[in-house]
Amino acid sequence: MTRQMTGAKMIVQALKDQGVEVVFGYPGGAVLPIYDEIFQQNDIRHILVRHEQGAVHAAEGYARATNKPGVVLVTSGPGATNAVTGITDALMDSIPIVVLSGQVPTFMIGNDAFQEADTVGITRACTKHNWLVKDTASLSGTIHEAFHVATTGRPGPVLIDIPKDVQFASATYTPPQKAKTSHYQPPVKGDMEAITALVEAMEKAKKPIFYTGGGVINSGPAASQLLRELVESTNFPITSTLMGLGAYPGTGKNWLGMLGMHGLYEANMAMHDCDLMINIGARFDDRITGLVSAFSPNSKKAHIDIDPSSINKVIHVDIPIIGDVAHVLEDILKVWKARGRKTDKESLQSWWAKIEDWKKVDCLAYKQAGKSIKPQYAIQRLEELTRDHDRYICTEVGQHQMWAAQFLTFDDPNRWMTSGGLGTMGYGLPASVGVQMAHPDSLVINVAGEASWLMNMQEMGTAVQFRLPVKQFILNNERLGMVRQWQELLHGERYSHSWSEALPDFVKLAEAFGCRGIKVDDPADLDEAIKEMIAYDGPVILDCLVEKHENCFPMIPSGEPHNKMLLGEASTKDAIGASGAVMV
Amino acid sequence: MSALKIKKGSTKHSAYNLRPTFSDVMEAHTLAVVVDNEAGVLARVIGLFSGRGYNIDSLTVAEIDHEGHRSRITIVTTGTPQVIEQIKAQLGRIVPVHEVHDLTVEGAAVERELALLKVTGTGDKRVEALRLADIFRANVVDSTLESFVFEITGTPEKIDAFADLMRPLGLSEVARTGVAALSRGQ
Ligand SMILES: Cc1ncc(C[n+]2csc(CCOP(=O)(O)OP(=O)(O)O)c2C)c(N)n1
Ligand SMILES: [Mg+2]
Repeated sequence: MTRQMTGAKMIVQALKDQGVEVVFGYPGGAVLPIYDEIFQQNDIRHILVRHEQGAVHAAEGYARATNKPGVVLVTSGPGATNAVTGITDALMDSIPIVVLSGQVPTFMIGNDAFQEADTVGITRACTKHNWLVKDTASLSGTIHEAFHVATTGRPGPVLIDIPKDVQFASATYTPPQKAKTSHYQPPVKGDMEAITALVEAMEKAKKPIFYTGGGVINSGPAASQLLRELVESTNFPITSTLMGLGAYPGTGKNWLGMLGMHGLYEANMAMHDCDLMINIGARFDDRITGLVSAFSPNSKKAHIDIDPSSINKVIHVDIPIIGDVAHVLEDILKVWKARGRKTDKESLQSWWAKIEDWKKVDCLAYKQAGKSIKPQYAIQRLEELTRDHDRYICTEVGQHQMWAAQFLTFDDPNRWMTSGGLGTMGYGLPASVGVQMAHPDSLVINVAGEASWLMNMQEMGTAVQFRLPVKQFILNNERLGMVRQWQELLHGERYSHSWSEALPDFVKLAEAFGCRGIKVDDPADLDEAIKEMIAYDGPVILDCLVEKHENCFPMIPSGEPHNKMLLGEASTKDAIGASGAVMV
Repeated sequence: MSALKIKKGSTKHSAYNLRPTFSDVMEAHTLAVVVDNEAGVLARVIGLFSGRGYNIDSLTVAEIDHEGHRSRITIVTTGTPQVIEQIKAQLGRIVPVHEVHDLTVEGAAVERELALLKVTGTGDKRVEALRLADIFRANVVDSTLESFVFEITGTPEKIDAFADLMRPLGLSEVARTGVAALSRGQ
């Protein structure tokens, strides 16, 4: 059956046919016909954010908590430009997002019309792909293709720019089944020759390590399951990037903790000393490698990635395998089992003994003493009191983010949403809104810094309006803490503009938004405050005043190799050379 | 994906055959990129090069299949082997890109460029220009009493050489198409 309908109706129909349940958006002149269609139906819920950046981060949170694409609807001009930071964030973290933007009518494009922006031009570099739809006949096909591109291969954000006259005009709707198949079909199966080479290396390895990343989570729950099986049956140690936390359980016996700039001593040392590194869905990011020329100098390296451009981009690898993580892991297991499940058990035993020695360093040690709350202590108490809940964690960006990654335990994928690649302050609150939309009955906590939180605090209004009981756990050090830490270590303690001055009273702010505000500054009251936050049936802002000058350790200073990690306050003076200071 | 359709010598079925060097020797490569001829596709390719700091020495583009709406972009670029591999992989990621061929490693290829050169002058210089044009098999496509426009086809080096010779003879304007290239044989 062919159906004639307006472009606006087509958009809503296409979203329904793509299984979309929630759209995060903000109306304006160039999308009024679409909003009119949204008004006249009940299948798709629209969440009115307070800023378009918030819409994209919310959609990211939703996508990461569900493994489904997040959908965003914004108007032309400022609506689209406001979305750019969020879109870039999704690109850097490979999150599938479909953004629909309104555009001035086709006959006005290029005339500097009211609220005209070259949205396709502006977002070309921050989307996986984008389209300007110039006639209604191609609209539904383009939307289906957009969902395909966003979710296939390495996921990412896409944008469809839709002029207003295209929304008004009528044409025939094409359902997804009838849409023409896309030529964009990245292969998912890895090369068997390369997989066999990896299995051979695994059989011989004396000091192997799995280094896993967000690609495992993006590949879906099967990938995490297969990863667990592979780790348990080989007994190899495993570490993960910030993006990959939860793929292997934080309570698993082979878990070394997160690696990288603020990763655990044992994880970084094992990466440095290993003789076989198996990178699964990570990308040798500079937060991981430190000084590239000194990165794990004596290891053979394998790299499993769905994106060929990730291979040999930063670090030369010996065994590249291009494919989807789940498919490749399945084949690795198959080959390894068929060849008799061999590992060098004796060498593994001494490798583990070495790792146990590194663990004894106890790199996350801190002292909770005196009247002020140490941020690490606050997160540890949060972990203790929420561990048994059905829990999702978002973060902002800064020291608190790193402490959250270090001290919280993730036993499952899709439970941890943080801005990794772009490091976007203001990500966490809107992301928590998106996660809570996906999981209305779960405990959704945003571990925040006060400065980041202020960047998108307007989204508290969204949480209140849609009764989303998100918990904003603000570690308030009255500082741009991570900036302050770098200034202390790199810039002679000249604290240029790294104070959070004139901060609002967060309790009053909560009241003004119509939610609950709690303030705590005494370690003795911390547990009660956290319990109250959990128990309250609605959104909460918990202002947790913490030690102002705490630094986040371990830290690999920029431009240094893994084994030059800083462990505590005493060792930090003059730790970073001039060449490191130019790095970010 | 298209990056994986690259013929032998490059990233064939997996990247397992990638050239393993992280050498810092600069190489010139000629890449042929077959794309959907849709709005913005050239901007995507150029944006990739500028955004990631790659070189473009020459770039040509035209539709080669009107019914299939395919264009062929020929890019001459220089970089270390690792950068060249990155460029190919990054090109392969662009959604409307169908094929990426590295003509420099995929076997012998022919490369041609067309140029128009305006040479103004009178007397001996004018005669000499015409004589040299003949040796280079350049055609006269426009002439006045005081000027010629020559059309010349050949490798970029041949065109460079011709332009160098014309300079003292009154070369006043040059227009070049950039390189078009095809692999030899089947
Ligand atoms: C949008 C944006 N602007 C600037 C930065 C640089 N930056 C990184 S961390 C940070 C300080 C964050 O302060 P806060 O949110 O209070 O967290 P803390 O480090 O104190 O825990 C800044 C300014 C950034 N990451 N994002
Ligand atoms: Mg702070």
